[in-house]
Amino acid sequence: MANSFPRQPTTAHMPHLIGRIGGHQEPGERPKKSRETMLRIWTYMRRQRTALLITALMVAVTVGLDLVGPLLLGRAIDAHIIPKDLPGLLHILLLMAAVYLCSAILNLLQNYVMAGAAQRTIRDIRADLFIKLQRLPLGFFDRRIHGELMARLTSDVESINQVLSSCVAQIVSGCLSTVGVAIAMFIIDPRLAAFSVLTVSFLTLAINRWRSAKAHARFRVQQAALGRLYGNIEETMGGQKVIKAYGQEKAATERFDTVNNAFRSGSIRAQFFSGITGPLMNTTNNIALTIVASIGGIMAIRGLTTVGTIATFINYTRQFGRPLNEIANLYNTLQSALAGAERVFDIIDEMPEVDASSNRPLSRIKGDVVFDGVTFAYRRDLPVLKNVNLHAWPGQTIALIGPTGAGKTTIVNLLTRFYEIDGGRVLVDGRDIRDITKDNLRAQLGIVLQDTYLFSGTVRENIRYGRLDATEAEIAEAARLANADTFIHRLPQGYDTVLTERAGNLSHGQRQMLSIARAILADPAILILDEATSSVDTRTEKHIQEAMRRLMEGRTSFVIAHRLSTIREADQILVINNGEIQERGTHAELLDQRGFYWRLSSRQQRSPSQQSADISANGSASLLAS
Amino acid sequence: MGALQKLLRFLKPYWLWATLAPLLMVGEVTLDLMLPRLMRRIIDQGIAHSDLPVVYHTAFWMVGIFSLALLCGVACTFFAVRAAYSMGGDLRGALFRKVQSLSFANLDKLETGSLITRLTSDVNQVQEMVMMLLRGMVRMPLLLIGSLVMAILTSPKLGVLFIIILPALVASLVFIVRRSFPLYRQVQRGLDGVNTILQENLAGIRTVRAFARAKYEVGRFARSNNALIQHTTAAVRMSARTTPLMTLILNAGIVLALWIGGQQVYLGGMKVGELVAFISYLMQALHSLMMFSNLIIQVSRAQASARRVGELLESKPALKPPAEGARVLQPTGRVVFENVSFSYSATGKEPVLKNINFVAEPGETVALLGATGSGKSSLVQLIPRFYDAANGRVTIDGIDVREIPEEELRRQVGVALQESILFSATIRDNIAMGEPNASVERIIEAAQQAQADGFIKHFPEGYDTVVGQRGVNLSGGQKQRIAIARALLPKPSVLILDDSTSAVDVQTEAGIQDALGRQPFAQTRIIVAQRVSTVLNADKILVLDNGRIVGCGPHNELLDTCSVYREIYESQTERGVVVYHGE
Repeated sequence: MANSFPRQPTTAHMPHLIGRIGGHQEPGERPKKSRETMLRIWTYMRRQRTALLITALMVAVTVGLDLVGPLLLGRAIDAHIIPKDLPGLLHILLLMAAVYLCSAILNLLQNYVMAGAAQRTIRDIRADLFIKLQRLPLGFFDRRIHGELMARLTSDVESINQVLSSCVAQIVSGCLSTVGVAIAMFIIDPRLAAFSVLTVSFLTLAINRWRSAKAHARFRVQQAALGRLYGNIEETMGGQKVIKAYGQEKAATERFDTVNNAFRSGSIRAQFFSGITGPLMNTTNNIALTIVASIGGIMAIRGLTTVGTIATFINYTRQFGRPLNEIANLYNTLQSALAGAERVFDIIDEMPEVDASSNRPLSRIKGDVVFDGVTFAYRRDLPVLKNVNLHAWPGQTIALIGPTGAGKTTIVNLLTRFYEIDGGRVLVDGRDIRDITKDNLRAQLGIVLQDTYLFSGTVRENIRYGRLDATEAEIAEAARLANADTFIHRLPQGYDTVLTERAGNLSHGQRQMLSIARAILADPAILILDEATSSVDTRTEKHIQEAMRRLMEGRTSFVIAHRLSTIREADQILVINNGEIQERGTHAELLDQRGFYWRLSSRQQRSPSQQSADISANGSASLLAS
Repeated sequence: MGALQKLLRFLKPYWLWATLAPLLMVGEVTLDLMLPRLMRRIIDQGIAHSDLPVVYHTAFWMVGIFSLALLCGVACTFFAVRAAYSMGGDLRGALFRKVQSLSFANLDKLETGSLITRLTSDVNQVQEMVMMLLRGMVRMPLLLIGSLVMAILTSPKLGVLFIIILPALVASLVFIVRRSFPLYRQVQRGLDGVNTILQENLAGIRTVRAFARAKYEVGRFARSNNALIQHTTAAVRMSARTTPLMTLILNAGIVLALWIGGQQVYLGGMKVGELVAFISYLMQALHSLMMFSNLIIQVSRAQASARRVGELLESKPALKPPAEGARVLQPTGRVVFENVSFSYSATGKEPVLKNINFVAEPGETVALLGATGSGKSSLVQLIPRFYDAANGRVTIDGIDVREIPEEELRRQVGVALQESILFSATIRDNIAMGEPNASVERIIEAAQQAQADGFIKHFPEGYDTVVGQRGVNLSGGQKQRIAIARALLPKPSVLILDDSTSAVDVQTEAGIQDALGRQPFAQTRIIVAQRVSTVLNADKILVLDNGRIVGCGPHNELLDTCSVYREIYESQTERGVVVYHGE
């Protein structure tokens, strides 16, 4: 079979899925600029200086206390148990109990303080990210898949969270206690210390180096296989109905089996290397114990050390080896968190939208709109609008019509400054819109988009979105004008009905009426409407139409028109094709021009159906009603 | 354990590995447990009696034992990884095959997102859990019990300490877990809140911008962000009590052991080495208890995944395969609905289709018109047997669709669905989906008929352009046209277009209809539409209202006889509703 269908998307599409497998074990992703990223995280942590300082002090004291514990244990054996000194033993045991108690309390407190500091840091990063989102140009969102952005905003922040809440304290105390234990061991018995410290650190380093060298390439293979597998699953599940409709189940299963088997063999090879960490760690520990016991034993017989020292060392060896291994294990978590942080900061560093430098506010405007030689392209190589000129007088209705992809929506996108024009200028009431801040400009515009977006919250909150300080009465009035109050009253809790995610409990038409109510409440001078109503039944359609007409009264309206009535009543009809205004004028003028518009309207006459001939004969100009 | 136990049958083919792994783990643990005893020998027999050979001898034993333990550990990992990941792969394969066997009715119930989660992260959780079962769940309890037994064997007198320490540990653990569980539920809720606002601001970014509500949204986000970190901080603080508390109890045990042991040594009832070994076992026991409690939390988390996986595995395909394969030979495409009723859920609800009767003769174009929810899509989906009728029957050339093998049926019936789903492959591969070996000429022909050839040729890579979220962004109309070409390519004898030109402008739509009419063979076409303009030329228009056919006939006849049709027609022309469709 020549066709390799369907081709698998790359791993990059699904970092949120890939991050999940095997917990933190795989060093799949590596940060590119660890140092800068760490410094960036530090700028956030710095705000929690006091908490961090307190934690650091407590960590240092705890580590110290943890060193004293085994020391006292050794002394208890050497100085009191072996010489059979019970009062002395009681004394030292009470001291030990006090040390352990202090250590526990400090440990508790440091967790307590650190948890707050870490969470506040995460909150700040998350907030900065969100604020940035509000300032990014729309092109940023167009270029990205929402799922992927969500993954960055959630799982990447979460991985930073994990590192901050657990790893930081662990690493600090681990390093301190390793150094502390080593020093303590050398002070107590330099010879025995030399044997055990050197062996353990050498072994730990060697093992980890060997393991990560071996594992790295294998994990890369596994990650790549995983990306292909998850890509296959995501796509197949998403298109399952199509696969069934075309009877492609077998072919789909074959493709899946290939990637599934590749992943299986890849992961068996990779996971083995992460799995043997446990036994290796254990063995390092055992080796140290053996060294301490045997060499210590020989030294004790020769009178070079004591039984108590050996007991202390057995304890210390555990304390020495464990943090080293833990840090080695954390390395992968750290790496993926840094990679996550890097992606988060990449967003924070994105260029924000440029806004007007002067903050001269726009007072209530009349609604005079001019496009003067406007050119624009979403992608440099594909111009969308070429030298568009238009003038809408206050209160006029401008109907934009033309085939799919002709540039109607783009004109709207430029007027709202969702995108910045490449050439020419757009004037509102004689002022270049680039000299007006976006918020200011948009406050004068009312936009009812084809894809109505409602937020989770009550019906009331969604209408109020148009004007936050609107009163109850104003909201009800707007709903009434939008023909929405009837169905709102029928909802179980009326205006207090909570809309579920994506407003699934409302029909498409109802959502549209709510968005009209929202626009009415905003009371804009300029209105932008998209009339497309592809999945609304006839009766609802009429209600919506009525509401839209009310909304348009007395406002300059740009309508991406689909309805005959709108088009016929428009003050100007702009026929847009290939990014240019091909024809303009009123309905009658355009019919006279016998151009594109006329062809659209009269195509029906060439079609074999005689009914259409009736329509145009009865004068309603079956315009476009083919 | 129920859900997981059921999945363990997938371990069967790997039973050898799955038994070897825990056995080797038992070996490793047993060997580990011998070390403190040997240490005691060094102290009590070697050092106490200044007997160097004993020290050498014992040290040699220790080296041998830990080497053997390492061997066991590595081998255990080897087999456990093999068993767990092979089983995971099989499990994923079984799920995938199950999904392929499911009907549309099943798929409606299981959302795409949840299917993906089940095949990816849920299988992973199960896989990880099996790994844990084969290693950690053997190691930790064994180590715990082993060290307890060894500690008691080493020193029965000190063993009584466990009577105090163990209940204290368990009680404190239970206390913390109980208290932190509801806190974590609140964290989850807080996280949901933050994610909802994020999701909304991504999906509704245009609305937010249009109303200049950035500040408002930032405020809204800050509130849930703060709520989230408050919950998280509380939960983290609660569960962070575990380690210090357990360490404290452990250390208290050591102090007590020293006190009791010290008295025993004083009285001459105990040797120092015995005490040191006991403390060593004590630490090991408590250490493994802590690890064990972590494992239990992880396993209980994986239970939910196992349940979801099991649920999918047990779901039964809603369609029964035909008893004996009656084959449609040289079909002409005569589609007949006889008294068909249909409902999406078997229980209670009002049927979506009621008593539908109609005939589509070979070569006829039948259009379905009606308001949203009137049952148009449901009706056409019964023809390729995406769903089964509850009553009555649907036949093609006189044969009940339930008696036609699925593969054969789908080959005869071409469908362009309402939502045009394309795969991330080239445009060519997407069109050739139903017939992967189709020649280039035929693919181009299908694209021309679907009025897609024009824009496809415009792309720099033409038919080799990769469709994808990152590749060329196809407009809704372009996607629909490719989906139509895909349905046309196999030249099905029955073609269903389910509102599949809604995003195509009227001119292009007319072009598609013209091209279809020119096809040199008889094809029964069933077209679902919203626009009257789409259906004007049909041989027969079926008007649906609330699941019933309320009108059937050509346009001019219906104008006279069917009030619903007249209402739709007028609203879309005279009264000025849908006239022109762009994007």
